[in-house]
Amino acid sequence: MLEITNLHVHFGVIHAIKGISLTVNDGEIVTLIGANGAGKTTTLRTISGLKKPSEGTIFFDGRDITSLSAQERVKLGISQVPEGRRVFSSMTVLENLELGAYLRKDRDGIAKDLDMVFERFPILAERRKQQAGTLSGGEQQMLVMGRALMSRPKLLCLDEPSMGLAPLLVQEIFDIIKDINEKGTTVLLVEQNASMALQIAHRAYVMETGRITLSGTGSELMQSEEIKKAYLGG
Amino acid sequence: MEQFLQQVINGISLGSIYALMALGYTMVYGIIKLINFAHGDVYMIGAYVGYFCMTNLRLGFFPSLLISMLVCAILGVAIEKIAYKPLRNATRIAVLITAIGVSLFIEYGTMYIASPNPRSYPRLTGFMAKSYQVGGLTFSAQQILIIIITVVLMILLQLIVKKTRIGKAMRAVSLDRDAAQLMGISVDNTISFTFLLGSALAGAAGILVGIYYNSINPLMGMMPGLRAFVAAVFGGIGIIPGAMIGGYFIGLVEVMVSGYVNSMFRDAVVFAILIVILIVKPSGLLGKETREKV
Repeated sequence: MLEITNLHVHFGVIHAIKGISLTVNDGEIVTLIGANGAGKTTTLRTISGLKKPSEGTIFFDGRDITSLSAQERVKLGISQVPEGRRVFSSMTVLENLELGAYLRKDRDGIAKDLDMVFERFPILAERRKQQAGTLSGGEQQMLVMGRALMSRPKLLCLDEPSMGLAPLLVQEIFDIIKDINEKGTTVLLVEQNASMALQIAHRAYVMETGRITLSGTGSELMQSEEIKKAYLGG
Repeated sequence: MEQFLQQVINGISLGSIYALMALGYTMVYGIIKLINFAHGDVYMIGAYVGYFCMTNLRLGFFPSLLISMLVCAILGVAIEKIAYKPLRNATRIAVLITAIGVSLFIEYGTMYIASPNPRSYPRLTGFMAKSYQVGGLTFSAQQILIIIITVVLMILLQLIVKKTRIGKAMRAVSLDRDAAQLMGISVDNTISFTFLLGSALAGAAGILVGIYYNSINPLMGMMPGLRAFVAAVFGGIGIIPGAMIGGYFIGLVEVMVSGYVNSMFRDAVVFAILIVILIVKPSGLLGKETREKV
């Protein structure tokens, strides 16, 4: 579904991504783990079109999307949940979700998906008229995930969904990601919480300072001594 | 007391014009964090287009109003596309200086084309030339017209911003540009639309001030532009209802100072207010204190 080849990204003179290649197949959960500053978020921003690569190609569903705008990529079915729960704070929960369906014209389909989101996140239904900025951290995370689902994505990219959440909530968020995937959405998950991410991922890539240093299935990497030492705390 | 109420009426009329202009400042600031110093000149162009429609084309007031708004909307979008869009990733000071350049270009371009001499607006006729006495107060038809048109435009603006798809996109882009792009919102189109709305309101303000004060000239946008800017800051820059309140407030202050103190002091007082706000509550009357993220 997603195929990245030899991707390079620069910020001015800083070479942030140094030639990475990665693939996400239909129906998979693929996770990209690594320490702070490894380039995970930049990779996601390049996939969604917020950042232009200096070299390399990105193919989505067999089509070269490297030069497409963020808007066109959303239209093709790539949806990204950005890092740090970027809700539209002074807009209501409902307005946030409606914006998720910004490019869709099928009113009936949107209404149906809204029901689906409210079913998956009942707390959002309760708070639909409330300003998004007044929600708790966990609720905001659910809102941005629901908002991303409203575009009916083929590929859902999540950036650090567990960041700053209580352990119980983290578990809940990961269960939801797994469930979204089982219902047919391909997931690319960027995480610092490697153990949780590896548990639900089919395949994983490890990133270090702009390069991919390891890859394999989730369980393979969980067994790997290197990973245990570096990311799983022994 | 009667004199005071009369001043209030005058202040609200003048404040309506400032409010219409302040809305343009505040919306543009909200979306691209730019104080668009050319905004006062769009208002001047609105006054000239209205003058041209009413004298040369002999159109009535309302068609002239619509044409002014339309021409200014197009002008606003053109200014953004030509002057500001290429600087989307430039420093804010670069864009600000460009805005001053655009302002001077429009002012002196208009002088070159339309001559620097002031022109007087045609007299309104029929019911629009009347004035009405209620109690001891005098309402001129122009004042009533200004107040009603302003209120109608503000209601329309609120409906667009709150209810329509593009209005929601505007709010989303001004809250979080990256997240808005991830929704599939085109930032460029949204910015253009913001300039379109703000400039159309400035065009309306221009023709309204033309019928109110009768005299227009190519530099007429400078001081009202700055006062409207103060109004936007007073209400909380980036906040639409703040600009409305700020506009009326500055209008009232100006009229009261002219009426009870000395009209030479009016701008001194307006800018003193700006300084006080910037010291006491820089985020403005309706602004929330935002903490810088660390």
